[in-house]
Amino acid sequence: MKEEDFKDNETLELFKKEGGNVLLSTVDALINWGRSNSIWPLTFATSCCGIEMMAAGASRHDFARFGIEVYRASPRQADVIVVAGTITNKMAPVLKRLYDQMADPKYVIAMGACAISGGPFFYNSYHVIKGVDHVIPVDVYIPGCPPRPEALLYGVMQLQRKIKLDTIGKKKKSSVDI
Amino acid sequence: MEKEKLKDLILSFLPDAEIVTDKQFLNVTVEKGQIHKLAEFLKKTTETCFDYLFCESAVDYADHFMMVYHLDSTKFRHQMVIKTKITDRENPMVDSVCDVWIGAEYHEREIFDLFGIKFNKHPDLRKIFLDNDWVGFPLRKDYVDPINIVER
Repeated sequence: MKEEDFKDNETLELFKKEGGNVLLSTVDALINWGRSNSIWPLTFATSCCGIEMMAAGASRHDFARFGIEVYRASPRQADVIVVAGTITNKMAPVLKRLYDQMADPKYVIAMGACAISGGPFFYNSYHVIKGVDHVIPVDVYIPGCPPRPEALLYGVMQLQRKIKLDTIGKKKKSSVDI
Repeated sequence: MEKEKLKDLILSFLPDAEIVTDKQFLNVTVEKGQIHKLAEFLKKTTETCFDYLFCESAVDYADHFMMVYHLDSTKFRHQMVIKTKITDRENPMVDSVCDVWIGAEYHEREIFDLFGIKFNKHPDLRKIFLDNDWVGFPLRKDYVDPINIVER
């Protein structure tokens, strides 16, 4: 997708244009080109959003076309963790550990209502984390219950756009204080 | 086995059992002390042969608990439900049916975890889902947790 097609969310580009960041060097451009076009997701799915994620990875939607190439079974080899599904209080430490085990640069996509806010489990529930951003920092939120594979593709393209504005001069914050 | 025949058989074994038939199941409600005896009878009798407990659950009716056992026979493919009432909310206790149906073990651990109902003679009664330091029983009607629960 061309950058001009994303007309609804220009915050990052405007921020950059106004001089809010270090100059994008040729090295940055090269590194970001490589990183954004080869994002390897972690095989991590906790509920129905995971099924949509699998559908997005399978032949019909085939998100390998956009460089989100191959699911890695180890967090050491993954670049992005797609939090696809409900995170319960008991799952939260596991998710945090997986995130901590991933090598920098690492990105997080919160996919679906449960990962964004707790979704249908927001009210009257004793066991669900109300938004995965309480545990790990999130780059892209994809709404839906569950989002369609197209929505995931769109979200991943937003992430690629975000990665392209990154610079090696800045250290990425890798964890939040709980 | 037909529901009517089954009803007569159970009434001949336990004359004071309450029996209600709905569209799907024959529901038999017995005293708490008789549940294990009835379970054993239903499994061992050749005509009934309820050899499979496909669901064991507890229900909180605010003033009492109800244990519900859904039974199936893999031989005759008939099903029924047996129930028993637990009135003591402070220290609820019922006989385990683990020695009749081994599959009851995990069901009873779950009920113990979420309702706090204890099972006599259960071989390994400990928490299954919640953290070991969890306080309270979340599926009880009177459970409150002002920190984690957003009420609506």
